[in-house]
Amino acid sequence: MKALLIGEYKNGHIDESFYELVGFANKIGASSVGFMVAPLDVKPEYDGKVYIADISKAKDYNPKVHKGLILKLVEKENPDVVVFSHSSYGWDLAPRLAAALRAGQISEVIDVDNGEYIVPFCNAKLRRKVKPNTPKAVLTLQSGAFAPLKNNTAQIEPFDYTEEDTNLEFQGYEVAEKTGVDLTKAEVIISAGRGVGKKENIEIVRSLAKALKGELGASRPVVDAGWLDESYQVGTTGQTVAPKLYIACGISGAIQHLVGMKKSNFIVAINKDKDAPIAEVADVFVAADLLEFIPMLTSKLTK
Amino acid sequence: MNILVCIKQVPDMESKFKISSDGQWYDQSDLTFKINEYDEYAIEEAVRLKEKLGNAEVVALSIGPERTKEVIRKALAIGIDKGVHVLDNDSHEKDPLQIATIIANYAKDKNFDIVFLGMQSQDRASAQVGPILSELLGYNCVTTIVGFEHQESKVNVKRELEGGIKAKISVKLPVILTCQLGLNTVRYPTLPNIMKAKKKELNTINVNDLLNEQPKVVNLQAYIPEKKKGGILLEGKADEVADKLISILKEKTQVLR
Ligand SMILES: Cc1cc2nc3c(=O)[nH]c(=O)nc-3n(C[C@H](O)[C@H](O)[C@H](O)COP(=O)(O)OP(=O)(O)OC[C@H]3O[C@@H](n4cnc5c(N)ncnc54)[C@H](O)[C@@H]3O)c2cc1C
Repeated sequence: MKALLIGEYKNGHIDESFYELVGFANKIGASSVGFMVAPLDVKPEYDGKVYIADISKAKDYNPKVHKGLILKLVEKENPDVVVFSHSSYGWDLAPRLAAALRAGQISEVIDVDNGEYIVPFCNAKLRRKVKPNTPKAVLTLQSGAFAPLKNNTAQIEPFDYTEEDTNLEFQGYEVAEKTGVDLTKAEVIISAGRGVGKKENIEIVRSLAKALKGELGASRPVVDAGWLDESYQVGTTGQTVAPKLYIACGISGAIQHLVGMKKSNFIVAINKDKDAPIAEVADVFVAADLLEFIPMLTSKLTK
Repeated sequence: MNILVCIKQVPDMESKFKISSDGQWYDQSDLTFKINEYDEYAIEEAVRLKEKLGNAEVVALSIGPERTKEVIRKALAIGIDKGVHVLDNDSHEKDPLQIATIIANYAKDKNFDIVFLGMQSQDRASAQVGPILSELLGYNCVTTIVGFEHQESKVNVKRELEGGIKAKISVKLPVILTCQLGLNTVRYPTLPNIMKAKKKELNTINVNDLLNEQPKVVNLQAYIPEKKKGGILLEGKADEVADKLISILKEKTQVLR
């Protein structure tokens, strides 16, 4: 078994997710080689060969060029699996590669057993066991699912490529302004999810936050709906927090939210759906209608 | 301008799921179905573009059993011009390459300039169909867009990355775009538009006329994960539960004294 591990180079660093791919290869007992588009002088802490395509030529985002590079490498190394992180880079590139190779792709792998892969579905309320039936397979791994592995310093092999894609022009990044609260420093966070129902009901959650001298947080739909601004969002595309106490109000517990808050010391979920996946991480799960329960709790706390 | 929007009917994620009798999927009876949330943004963006351009036709395509027509009708009521229903009672058994193949075979001779899809479905969440479709049709593709602007022969989009960062990308038509949450604010169909939608064209094609691809991934088993042990479940009267929660917080955290 041989794995080609596709690392990511982001904001001037090798993304830590690369080491989870290494951990995965180790877990399945595969030999592996790495690949990433990065400066030629990077030093991955990896015990093996890493092919580097010069980022100044291949650019941060140019999927056609990146796909071409990986296809060339697949031909050279003949791996059984090509492994990406399930990230904006991975979910964009992996299916293009899989289609070009006519290979089966399995997204968001959380575990593996003897060539059978486990993936969550229906907002992680259910799991599926699946298996590729093509000679090669393309995988994306859910972040945090495999323990990272770091080892020595890789042997770097520059990987040259010249093709351009003139159909697509990358015009730079837009970074959200840091406004409002810094949730990363908060000791108590009370977050509102879509389950609050409407903008006015945010006040119910805000009162609870006040009673507990904590900060208000939010899941993404609350921000998308304009009920609170971006600085309140917890999750992959929001902030990563680790307070002493996190109370999730009307939040189902989608992986992208969990990633941002599961390091919290003590987690309370208030949700009327006992099967909500937030139960996976909650220390206390309050099965209740938050519109009834939170005002009751707040009044007892402020009494 | 020819625009295609691909939509999927998915169960309400707040449902109580049961495994189907063959052990391969969720039991589809007794579930409430709706439009995949990510596809709602795709529909809205397509309708906005049509309104802006005036001379555009927008087609919505959905693959699934008879009930799938409900989501197509809703799309028509929001402002889509024409519906295409690919009738497939076993659509849940198709892998993403097969789904993309069905769409590609429908779209290949129709010269669509833009294809909008959701970035993923809420049930499978594979996030593969859009990019695979772009490979099959030879179109450009940008995934996870949270910003869209059309300009003659190209579009300018914002692609969402981790940590609130967005990449600005300008890409030539024809293009496939997968839509992320928050791209726009979705409108509700109005009653007059619901009435008008009843007269719009909705054609049905049998899946066998469009599918010529074997699955590349085999489904072995579906199951309900074991519940985390150790978490405390509180339920009952709000009053009593609140007291219990307060005493737990006092005991287990330093937040309350
Ligand atoms: C690439 C990507 C990045 C993302 N980034 C983020 C991110 O950074 N942060 C984030 O949060 N999400 C993110 N998401 C979205 C994520 O997948 C979920 O859609 C989102 O977290 C769901 O938010 P929610 O739990 O508030 O809403 P829902 O999933 O709709 O859940 C609402 C919950 O409220 C409960 N509820 C409803 N009414 C009541 C009531 N009266 N009382 C009690 N409970 C009630 C329901 O049972 C349900 O469990 C991202 C998605 C993608 C694809």
